[in-house]
Amino acid sequence: MLYRTLFPRDLFAELDRLQREMQQSYDLSPNIRGVTRGFPAMNVGGTPGSVEIYAFLPGVDPAGLDVQIEKGVLTVTGERKAGAVPDKATVHIDERFAGPFRRVVSLPDDVDPHAVQAKYRDGVLHISLARKAATQPRRITIE
Amino acid sequence: MTDAKKPETPAKDASLMPPVDVIEDAGGITLYADLPGVPKDRLHIQVEADTLTLEGEIVLTVPEGMDATHAEVSLPRYRRVFTLSKELDADQVAAEFNQGVLKLRIPKAAHLQPRRVEIQVA
Repeated sequence: MLYRTLFPRDLFAELDRLQREMQQSYDLSPNIRGVTRGFPAMNVGGTPGSVEIYAFLPGVDPAGLDVQIEKGVLTVTGERKAGAVPDKATVHIDERFAGPFRRVVSLPDDVDPHAVQAKYRDGVLHISLARKAATQPRRITIE
Repeated sequence: MTDAKKPETPAKDASLMPPVDVIEDAGGITLYADLPGVPKDRLHIQVEADTLTLEGEIVLTVPEGMDATHAEVSLPRYRRVFTLSKELDADQVAAEFNQGVLKLRIPKAAHLQPRRVEIQVA
């Protein structure tokens, strides 16, 4: 059994590491592409029978959205129009994304590219991809 | 022995900060907020004294037994608080919510609206 000391051998190195980890978790490091993450933000999840992708696309006309699957890669493209600023108005805060966007997700190998459903509701595009039946776990009965 | 349970409130209150645009013109302020995933009935807008609070709960249709493998929207809640300045008329706030975008219009109090002063040439 490994013996772990109560006090790390180099306290200052440990503190340094701790500080670095904290800094990373707050993630305020300057990035050349700015602090904002990609648009749309995406959540990906999976069940034994499907892969679920949620793209957070508020206020985008679903007709102008393009979802493509090619060679196991799913691409969501579209454009979010900037709101018109009336004359003699002052913009105090401008944080919302505007302009063309494109995000790419590589899909697992067992996804069936023909069994895809996409729904847009409350500003979220939900893409549900079924996994191929052949790769799903099967119980084999013993005769 | 006491069971050292962590207080639930801090984790429960954790929320995402929705991005907003705030545009001011002569008649008032227009605020747009991105709240994707929030249905109309889970959005709460509250004006109390001079504090405007936007809160929304994200509701996604998640199939049973789903494991999240990658999450950029990692909390189920949005919350943002603004302080309104005195000249804004908090009783006249108009809200529109459509496909995850909230539009709030807060007019300036009528007596504080800009008036054009006629200059009379003597």
